[in-house]
Amino acid sequence: MSKYVPKQSELKQEFEKKKPALLKEDFSGKEWWDLPVEFRDGNWCFPGKPEVLEDLGFPNPRKWAATDADWQLPDGWEKTIKDGLKSRLKRFRSFKLFLDTCVRCGACADKCHFFLGTGDPKNMPVLRAELIRSVYRNDFPLAEKILKGFSGSRKLTAEVIKEWHMYFNQCTECRRCSVFCPMGIDTAEITMMARELLNLIGVNNNWILAPVSNCNRTGNHLGIEPHTFVQNIESLVEDIEDLTGIKVNPTFNRKGAEILFITPSGDVFGDPGVYTMMGYLLLFHHIGLDYTISTYASEGGNFGLFTSNEMMKKLNAKMYHEAERLGVKWILGGECGHMWRVVHQYMDTMNGPANFLEEPVSPITGTRFSNAASTKMVHVAEFTADLIHHNKLKLDPKRNDHLLTTFHDSCNVARGMGMFEEPRYVLKNVCNSFHEMAENTIREQTFCCGSGSGLNAEEFMDIRMRGGFPRASAVRQVQEKHKVNTLVTICAIDRASLPTLMKYWNPGVSVYGLHELVGNALVMKGEKKRTEDLRENPMAGFEEDED
Amino acid sequence: MKKVVMPLFVIGVLCLIPYIGVQYAGLGYLFAVIIPCASLVVLIAGFAIRMVNWLIRPVPFRIPTTCGQEKSLDWIKQDKLESPYHFWEAIARVLGEVFLFRSLFRNTKAELYGGPKLAYGSTKWLWLAGMTFHWSLLIIVLRHSKFFFSTVPPIADFLDNADRFFDITLPAFYMTDALVLAAISFLVVRRLRDPKLRLISLPTDFFPLFLILAIALAGMSMRYVTKINVLPVHDQILTLMDYSFILSGEIGVLFYVHLFLVCVLAVYFPFSKLMHAGGIFLSPTRNLCNNSRAKRYRNPWNPDIKFKSYTEYENDYRDKMKKAALPVENE
Repeated sequence: MSKYVPKQSELKQEFEKKKPALLKEDFSGKEWWDLPVEFRDGNWCFPGKPEVLEDLGFPNPRKWAATDADWQLPDGWEKTIKDGLKSRLKRFRSFKLFLDTCVRCGACADKCHFFLGTGDPKNMPVLRAELIRSVYRNDFPLAEKILKGFSGSRKLTAEVIKEWHMYFNQCTECRRCSVFCPMGIDTAEITMMARELLNLIGVNNNWILAPVSNCNRTGNHLGIEPHTFVQNIESLVEDIEDLTGIKVNPTFNRKGAEILFITPSGDVFGDPGVYTMMGYLLLFHHIGLDYTISTYASEGGNFGLFTSNEMMKKLNAKMYHEAERLGVKWILGGECGHMWRVVHQYMDTMNGPANFLEEPVSPITGTRFSNAASTKMVHVAEFTADLIHHNKLKLDPKRNDHLLTTFHDSCNVARGMGMFEEPRYVLKNVCNSFHEMAENTIREQTFCCGSGSGLNAEEFMDIRMRGGFPRASAVRQVQEKHKVNTLVTICAIDRASLPTLMKYWNPGVSVYGLHELVGNALVMKGEKKRTEDLRENPMAGFEEDED
Repeated sequence: MKKVVMPLFVIGVLCLIPYIGVQYAGLGYLFAVIIPCASLVVLIAGFAIRMVNWLIRPVPFRIPTTCGQEKSLDWIKQDKLESPYHFWEAIARVLGEVFLFRSLFRNTKAELYGGPKLAYGSTKWLWLAGMTFHWSLLIIVLRHSKFFFSTVPPIADFLDNADRFFDITLPAFYMTDALVLAAISFLVVRRLRDPKLRLISLPTDFFPLFLILAIALAGMSMRYVTKINVLPVHDQILTLMDYSFILSGEIGVLFYVHLFLVCVLAVYFPFSKLMHAGGIFLSPTRNLCNNSRAKRYRNPWNPDIKFKSYTEYENDYRDKMKKAALPVENE
């Protein structure tokens, strides 16, 4: 395991000591603003490299580390932060409202996966927001200013910036707290503003900014150039042929295709994402879809979301731009979490209207996706659910009998889109063994993988394994009770981060994309006898005949 | 605990002000007429200003927190309340928050067990206390309206009678009086006993609770202990309603304390977290429809952002693209 995380036994012991309480120690007599901020191995992400910042035109490029005493903040940084705060309060009612209306009832406190995993009081969503509120109250509303000391306000200092950096990077913008808040306060909104502000003075995270810079330059987070992108998918095509005897035929940057397919680049490059990609390719071949993949708009995800709303818009703009150039009718989007937060709640507002596209209609079933009438982008789980509902797929769910599944709702499609039934419908149709996790850990109450919103860095492993603990604990339950060995998700960051989490907390559970299971179950026309799934693992009951 | 003592001390001082002012300085007119009118103006104007201040700020994106199935395929049942698609569904969702505290009803309590494992229990106590507190206050305020009219409005009469259902003391005991005391006690004790809440709480969280408690206690002492004569009070308010500011009759000093604390609450309201009463209607995670893919939502300040166009991309990678047999726009 990583050197940035304690042994599982040590962490277990720590939990054992404080149970059933969640707070890591006795804080009686202490005030949160007196608690020190301590950076140590495993609880901070490497800062953006100077060349990355220069490439993006971001301020204050320099070499530094969170453990440094002096963070080399630019001259006048206090003014930059205060002006930035003011401007955002003016542009976002949500931000102002969420700073003003909290009654500190504490309903959110034990809803955050980072609080549950770390026991650090400043990871209670209410205190996370108070980190900013305390500064906001000090400088802004008049009456609270008169009541200084009474209202818990404080001065903006370099220590406060360190604290912001620590705790706004221990929030994955998963929105679970906002489900429980009686005022509907969404900490994700506050974290987004805080990260924008920190970026203004060069306090940042390389694991977010490097993908942003890559995506701007090459079209995808991983920085894959066009020829390599094509090669990667072609090697998947070969794998598919070896396994099934079917040669699928994806096209790239093809004008006049009916549909543009966009998925996170993790599906093209990363394990186990590539198996999901193989699932898509098989599915599209199975139904004879007229689609193309772009090497320019080759990223579904959008780390701009974790940087600033301007950057989010800039990276997202490529989707419509490419769809227009290629003259497609509509866009089909792959499995991804934050990608769908952006596509569902932001894209049309930022970069629309996409009048050059048509209201999506499934060419196979004729179903009109009127729920995507304006954005013109359909989620592949909706698309596949519709295909299955109309009996257009030849499926053999027995081919997934070696997989005893449970389903992990990804935060963004759950709480930022409301997609719960479609993936479950697909999953139940492609496999025979499916068990839900405990009801407080799924659907709108789902727990984050602990590594979302650009915190999937190796050097952040300690916090990631703690943040993922609530999810892992829920998986553990179904693993023990129903022998579940397969965690199915519809999110690329989940596919990248959950395998590590499972290895740490629940060895024996593997992570799969939904469409990988679809790919396993599809009975292709003219296929050879299948004995292995897309990972080349033997399928139960399909062993080669002995003779 | 400074956080608790300080607001308590402030309330003590606030109680003394009208006591001394009326009993020893003879400032009855100030406390019965000028301060109440001024604080009412501050409350109304302050509340309005705060609301307008929020409303003039744009909501750039449609960001509802979806707590139920979205509207998608015809055969998948949409959760109309938790994932509203139409305007009226979003209104129903907000009203559910305002009147029933639906999000708070979801509350759970997480605990660690050996293993280690997390377990979640449903916990409705905060919801119950919150509902009791707010609804009791609303009923109490409404039944006070009998003091403001020469003929008691039917709604006040009805609430008054219903509230006195258990006719066990003289004068008859109001249920809401007991409920509001119980709810406040719970809310205060909760902030003191739960170590998480102790850390979160600020003096400004205790202050309004103590203030409302003091108002209630002063009011109840008048009714049940000193059995104050309400007729002069009623007269006073009625003359006020006629815009004639003449002090009439003899009013007990406890009444001045009660009234002054209400005035403090009114003035404090618009400048404090109590504004959540208005803010809850505006929360963008609750009052927006989850239909952003079906209907375009406009951001009034949508910035113009230059992005890397396909042409620039092709210029960067043309040779590599040609080698990979990718189509190019310009040879």
